[in-house]
Amino acid sequence: MHASDHRPAALIEGGAVFPHRHLTGIAGLQPHEITFLLDESEQWIEANRSRAKSDHRLDGLTQINAFFENSTRTLLSFEIAGKRLGADVVNMHAAQSSVKKGETLIDTAMTLNAMRADVIVIRHMSSGAVRLIADKVDCPVLNAGDGSHEHPTQALLDALTIRRRRGAVAHQRVVICGDLLHSRVARSNILALTALAAEVRVCAPSTLMPAAIEKMGVTAFTDFDAALEGCDVVMMLRLQNERMNGGFVPSTREFHLRYGLTMERLAKARPDALVMHPGPMNRGVEIDSAVADHVERSAITEQVEMGVAVRMACLDVLTRRARGVEGWA
Amino acid sequence: MSTRALALRNARLVCPQGGISEGGLLVVDGAIAATGAFEAPADAETIDCKGLTLAPAIVDVGVFAIDVPAFHAGGIVRVGLMPDQSPVLDDPGVVQRAALIGRPGLWIHPIAAATRGLAGEELGEMAINRDAGAKAVGTGSRWIADSGVMRKVLAYARDLDLAVVTHAEDGGLARGAVATSGETATRLGLPSAPSLAEPLAIARDLLLAEETGARLHLRDVTTAAGFDLVRAAKSRGVAVTCGITPAHLLLSDIAMSDFRTFMHLSPPLRAESDRQAALAALADGTIDILHSAHDPRGPEEKRLPFADSRAGMAGAETLLPLALGLARDGDIPLDRLFALLARNPAALLNITAGTLEPGMPADLLLFDPDAPWLIDGDRFRAKAGNTPFDGLPVQGRIRRLFKGGAELT
Repeated sequence: MHASDHRPAALIEGGAVFPHRHLTGIAGLQPHEITFLLDESEQWIEANRSRAKSDHRLDGLTQINAFFENSTRTLLSFEIAGKRLGADVVNMHAAQSSVKKGETLIDTAMTLNAMRADVIVIRHMSSGAVRLIADKVDCPVLNAGDGSHEHPTQALLDALTIRRRRGAVAHQRVVICGDLLHSRVARSNILALTALAAEVRVCAPSTLMPAAIEKMGVTAFTDFDAALEGCDVVMMLRLQNERMNGGFVPSTREFHLRYGLTMERLAKARPDALVMHPGPMNRGVEIDSAVADHVERSAITEQVEMGVAVRMACLDVLTRRARGVEGWA
Repeated sequence: MSTRALALRNARLVCPQGGISEGGLLVVDGAIAATGAFEAPADAETIDCKGLTLAPAIVDVGVFAIDVPAFHAGGIVRVGLMPDQSPVLDDPGVVQRAALIGRPGLWIHPIAAATRGLAGEELGEMAINRDAGAKAVGTGSRWIADSGVMRKVLAYARDLDLAVVTHAEDGGLARGAVATSGETATRLGLPSAPSLAEPLAIARDLLLAEETGARLHLRDVTTAAGFDLVRAAKSRGVAVTCGITPAHLLLSDIAMSDFRTFMHLSPPLRAESDRQAALAALADGTIDILHSAHDPRGPEEKRLPFADSRAGMAGAETLLPLALGLARDGDIPLDRLFALLARNPAALLNITAGTLEPGMPADLLLFDPDAPWLIDGDRFRAKAGNTPFDGLPVQGRIRRLFKGGAELT
């Protein structure tokens, strides 16, 4: 790493601090670029808590949320983020799109491009789909989740939550537990948290553990109790319904027995350990209600709040070049 | 058929049987009449090869498409056509049509479906399809899950002395996978199967081949454990041969890193350690056949997210230069390289071709082994330019190509 990577963002000329056209993943971002996005998010947290939440910096810009896979929370979060910045937000759902009529992804991307979108937010069920579109359109593209690959804004909001609640991300011992094999949240979080010098552990049954995961700089566990030892943050992943019954784990109750986060199990972590979950939760499966709703320990609703702030920051930063912001044009 | 004799003079002959020598080659009535120094008939046409290399034209076993311009551009005059066609090559009418459609310039040797519809359940009509022109039977790009069916396929093919060409990937492990399990697939979040899927399939088929005495050809072996099994079986005298593509010798799974669908192959690209094992297997003679797996796929099947794209590569036009690169790197001597490109595939199909010996059909390839060029899929003569080697500088240009003594242009 070069010494210049540690210069405070404010001292670096405009766009040089974040020289990326798109946000397709955490992979490829330098630690200082991740920190810059987190810093940029802070201002929106307070703004969102005030009564007048609107800003006008994206006035006149068109934001298209192209969601090829169903989503409620992420779509809503991106829609609110765009609207609070003044953008004209349009949502395209796969269910009502021409994708079902056999149109290829590239043709859909070209169509959105021809409509002169200023920023496109994409969720797709296939890994790599967002990058494929990003290569074909003229405007910035934000990855809202592609297959089992990445979900960068989720990792940013998680890092922001940890930073605010624990003071820093560096040197925090974080355990990520659940369906790692199919989780884009896990991959983006591993990349972001290790980049920010956290100690990351992952925990899953071997049937849901990706091969060579330790090459991503994490320590792998199959025993959740052992993995929880001394953890500052416990991040649970959602177990998809279709993977619960016999496919990858024998049953939901067996998964709960081995990996469900109960109050008793949480006691194995540090006494002030933070509990996180990207949602939506399967209460009673990967997480008990007593843990999820614990006022001091659970940061789950705060994660949702940080999500809007992080997405506002990403939309703002990625459109700066097009808006001709000084130092970015 | 009586045509004017052809005397190719001043060449560097590369023969899998006779080795490398300077000299000429005489073609009479479409067949090789003599090599070295010879007296040509008075009316013979003479070609001065100017020191270029003259070798048997390539016999490419296991291609997925009939793509005559691509094969000719790649120095290929005979192909073993995979049964995975539409319709499947499991009926004499379809087999016969395939066997004749490329002539005279390209001789297509159909690999008939070992099971009806390639479904892996009922035996295909192997003798009838053989009489219609099939030179082998195969499982296509699929795996026969039922060991009872596979045993019957091998035993029945043994009666007819037809080689059984198999795709060695355990279907249970490989189902839905588009990559080899490992760091790259994990980082990209791609559905993957452990490389064990290959040796697992190979081990069963080797045991069945040994027991039935059938000739087994593993179209692609790409893993260290797979080569170990084949090596051990060969030393026991099992009638097994195996092949590989240049892609699996030259690329590892890290090449998929930017989701480039041209790297989506079947079997998938493997770990670097497996690639090194493949180079060792090439050097020690475990690998018998080098083939292109030619499968041109246009943007409608390749310009998609990686897991949604079709596996396969347009390999015909890059087979020779990439193979020559292996020889230049010292991985394999040039004359033995042509055993892998011509003699061995011909032997697998029981056809008389693949060497420069007198009596062989004059399927000849004259090339400049040093001529440099840049691989550019957009300029391929193939139906599509889906090459994993786009932009790679290579050496080796075909100057003239002959099928049965007739020049192809």
